[in-house]
Amino acid sequence: MAALLSVNDLCVKYKTFEGIVHAVNGISFDIPERGTLGLVGESGAGKTTTALSLMRLIPAPPGIVERGKISFGGRDIHALSEAEMKKIRGNQISMIFQDPMTSLNPVLTVGLQISEAIVAHQNTSEREALKRTQEMLEKVQIPSARHKEYPHEFSGGMRQRVGIAMALACNPRLIIADEPTTALDVTIQAQVIELMRNLRQEFSTAMMLITHDLGVVGEVCDRVAVMYAGEIVEEGSLEQIFEDARHPYTTGLFKCIPDIEEDSSQIQPIMGLMPDPFDLPSGCCFHPRCPSCMEVCRVERPAFLRENGRTVQCHLYAKGGVTQ
Amino acid sequence: MLRYIFRRILFLIPVLLGVSILIFAIIHLAPGDPAEALLGPSATTRDLEELREQLGLNKSLVTQYFTFLTNTLKGDFGRSIRTNNPVLEELLDRFEPSLILAVLSMTLAIAVGIPLGLLAALRQNTWIDTSCNFVALLGFSLPGFWLGLMLMLFFSIMVPILPSSGYGTWQQLIMPTLVLSTNTTAVIARMTRSSMLEVIRQDYIRTAKAKGLSGRLILARHILSNVLIPVVTVAGLHFGHMLGGVVITETVFSIPGVGRLIIDAIRFQDYPVVQGGILFFAFCLSLVNLGVDLIYALLDPRIKAQYRAG
Repeated sequence: MAALLSVNDLCVKYKTFEGIVHAVNGISFDIPERGTLGLVGESGAGKTTTALSLMRLIPAPPGIVERGKISFGGRDIHALSEAEMKKIRGNQISMIFQDPMTSLNPVLTVGLQISEAIVAHQNTSEREALKRTQEMLEKVQIPSARHKEYPHEFSGGMRQRVGIAMALACNPRLIIADEPTTALDVTIQAQVIELMRNLRQEFSTAMMLITHDLGVVGEVCDRVAVMYAGEIVEEGSLEQIFEDARHPYTTGLFKCIPDIEEDSSQIQPIMGLMPDPFDLPSGCCFHPRCPSCMEVCRVERPAFLRENGRTVQCHLYAKGGVTQ
Repeated sequence: MLRYIFRRILFLIPVLLGVSILIFAIIHLAPGDPAEALLGPSATTRDLEELREQLGLNKSLVTQYFTFLTNTLKGDFGRSIRTNNPVLEELLDRFEPSLILAVLSMTLAIAVGIPLGLLAALRQNTWIDTSCNFVALLGFSLPGFWLGLMLMLFFSIMVPILPSSGYGTWQQLIMPTLVLSTNTTAVIARMTRSSMLEVIRQDYIRTAKAKGLSGRLILARHILSNVLIPVVTVAGLHFGHMLGGVVITETVFSIPGVGRLIIDAIRFQDYPVVQGGILFFAFCLSLVNLGVDLIYALLDPRIKAQYRAG
């Protein structure tokens, strides 16, 4: 089956006065129809840049998509004209943003902000768009009468639900959710995740969920890609990653989650910091922080190793490396 | 909303009262004597005494103030010491040219300044942006009197197509409007540019783009009202200043505006005209401020909500 979204060797850089930021360095992944991919990684791993490049919304300048192919529904995104791209944005691919406090326009009613997406893409009257808007609000559990209200009259969780309604309004084939729960408090997070999971099933939409929260990934996704310093270091099904993580970075991430059955002193943070994107380390980007670092890791970039539908980029699993 | 407007108007009372005390005190504490100014150096002490008696200047300051206040409340600003005309009549007479000039200049400044600023921001760091900035800097730095004289030189003397001065025909308004609006246009353009640069980097603009809206719709619906909020503040301040009469422009073009009236009145120590004039300004400025606040409410529902709650 052909994938709905297929990204191949995507490379994005930002040219700034201080130098070149290597934000995304040759990543590849697929999302099938109705599939859900969790893109996991620390802040600065290049997750949001990846998301924006799928919509061709990388601010340029300073952003440059250096190479790579993104095909969506069989069409090459980079070959499309800006007008054709506008027809895809918000209609076939839509996005839910991280901070609901700043991602809604403060001077427009939430109703207008939802219905304008409908009007832009569907051949409907304002009245039909309003009706659809009210339906969408009800779907995200906001009373439809509140469409006349402004963002400042809603709480953070409700605003994010408005963002979800906005993203789903045109029944897109793919939703990119960029840390949709990061800015919310924990109880609201659970509600929003639940809502997103249900609506995704109802609308049978594919989703790319960007997060640094492995718990959220476990709730929603069926495949997981782990990003580090602009690369996908490991990718596999939810079970493969959660039960049998291979890459030292992935295992390190899991060790950061407190286990309720064990003593809390068991949390083992990954030592060190993400590498400076202006000046990435040689060889494997993770080697300065890796507990299993070998000689070869410092000089040679590891190859992608594919087996049983999973990929890992680590010398430990290369031929001649240590096998488990 | 109506309640808010009503409250604001009610609030004018203490403001105007304060202003009246302030002007009264400043005028009467300043050295000089209107009787002397009127009669000239050749006047006898007797003549001076008589005139002071007639003008009520020999009474105590408090009595004078209360006479002024009660008369003002009755709508009587007194008569000019110099011309003996009722002050209110004189003010309204002179206010007309100032008002027309201010409205025309403000309209021009907005019509030119806002598009200029938007264009500069949309083409940031290109030659268009640089030239817009240069024009704005020029407009900001050219002194009004010099610009006025240069315009006169070009359009009244070298190519005589416009009357050099005076007031009465529309042709006579063109050059003063240009001169008066130049500075405001520059300020509005700079303000619009910086506000625009800030707004287009906001998350909600990215959201609008991600919805696949057209660039024109994003500009008209999502950007403009957010951009205009700080611009309105600056425009309001400048408009208030223009209403108060712009002495230099009025002098250069011999326009019988309210600014010159007041300057002349101060020079002749024409107390009633100065008092009435400044009180009138304070009133106009307060109205302009109220107008600006109402435009805020129109642009930003958060501010409107505050007014409702307050």
